[in-house]
Amino acid sequence: MAKPLVATAPFTGCFGCHMSLLDIDDRILKLVELVEFDKSPINDIKVFTRPVDVGLLEGGISNDENVEWLIKFRENCKILVAVGQCALTGGVPAMRNTVPLKECLEEAYLKGPTVIDGKIPNDPEIPILLDKVYPCHEIVKIDYFLPGCPPSADTLWAALTALLTGKNVGLPYELIKYD
Amino acid sequence: MSQQLKIVIDGKEISAGPGQTIMEAADAAGIYIPRLCFHEGLPPGGHCRLCTVKVNGRPVSACTFPVAEGQVIENASEEMTALRRKIVEMLFCEGNHYCPSCEASGNCELQAMAYRLGLLNPQLPYLRKPRELDASHKDIYVDRNRCILCGRCVRASKLLDGKTVFGFEGRGINKRVAVDAERSLNETPFSVTDQAAKICPTGCLTLKRKGWAIPVGQRAFDKGPIGADIERK
Repeated sequence: MAKPLVATAPFTGCFGCHMSLLDIDDRILKLVELVEFDKSPINDIKVFTRPVDVGLLEGGISNDENVEWLIKFRENCKILVAVGQCALTGGVPAMRNTVPLKECLEEAYLKGPTVIDGKIPNDPEIPILLDKVYPCHEIVKIDYFLPGCPPSADTLWAALTALLTGKNVGLPYELIKYD
Repeated sequence: MSQQLKIVIDGKEISAGPGQTIMEAADAAGIYIPRLCFHEGLPPGGHCRLCTVKVNGRPVSACTFPVAEGQVIENASEEMTALRRKIVEMLFCEGNHYCPSCEASGNCELQAMAYRLGLLNPQLPYLRKPRELDASHKDIYVDRNRCILCGRCVRASKLLDGKTVFGFEGRGINKRVAVDAERSLNETPFSVTDQAAKICPTGCLTLKRKGWAIPVGQRAFDKGPIGADIERK
């Protein structure tokens, strides 16, 4: 049997959850035996090359590019796992949700104390911001949630190995953390 | 001498004194009934509904309901836990709770309750309503984004401090904790030594210049779940 394929996505987050995945110490050698990585910033594969078994999502959804990729992940992955508070709730970037987007941009690019000749960026290369930062599950169906900021290496390891070996993903008390 | 009563909680028979509430009797017997708006030393509020138990099949709040001979009480069943998890989920989606950047994280009773009840992620739609922040007081700030309307500060200020600094204002979804002043908290006699300053279950009433004082791993709910102190009795 071919190794299960794993893809990972960085949306609006800090890459901390990806760092946490790399923080599993020597278990990373076991992980490499257990799975193969497809599209992921870890191996720098930019597009899906084939259908993937497990997709790990980091970060909330704050712009049109995030939405596009989230939908692609749903189409290409059998199981989608939202990893970390940003993917689960919007997280720290979602703190802008109670402030209108226009005010956020004006504060950052026009009125900020260090701004000189400010201008709100409008280059067509830059993804367009959404009105709010959304958790992944508000846009596509998510199969599993791993809370934490970031989820500890133990949480990720426990969940991943359970998923890949077909066991129940049940997190004990010590591994459920929102911070 | 008062007569002892017998009640049964989740199949375990315990004795209770007349005039006790179900929660008091359960606490004394080392059975934890989840609660948020209840605080020892204050009269029960009875409005967070987290302590809802079924007495002879009928749901009642354990913090206000008196014990009676022969009550059969359902507390930690799967059904009650699922209902409580839903209440906590609604609290998370109604307020603006950003655990990763909150000083109360790890010591927060709302968060601890979510952990205990096994809530992995709130999935109801978030309201994302802007709520008012009052940082006018020199020692303490009120961040209503984190308020769950438990009313502990309202009761503590009135009954323990004799000041009535806090009160509720508005109805339904517009209900909020207000301060007894024209504008802000610094106009009230509120002081950092008040009981009300120490009683908030979340990070709504937070001391200034004290954030993240306890390292991760040593905070109140890092080692054991909320309620473990009662269950150890």
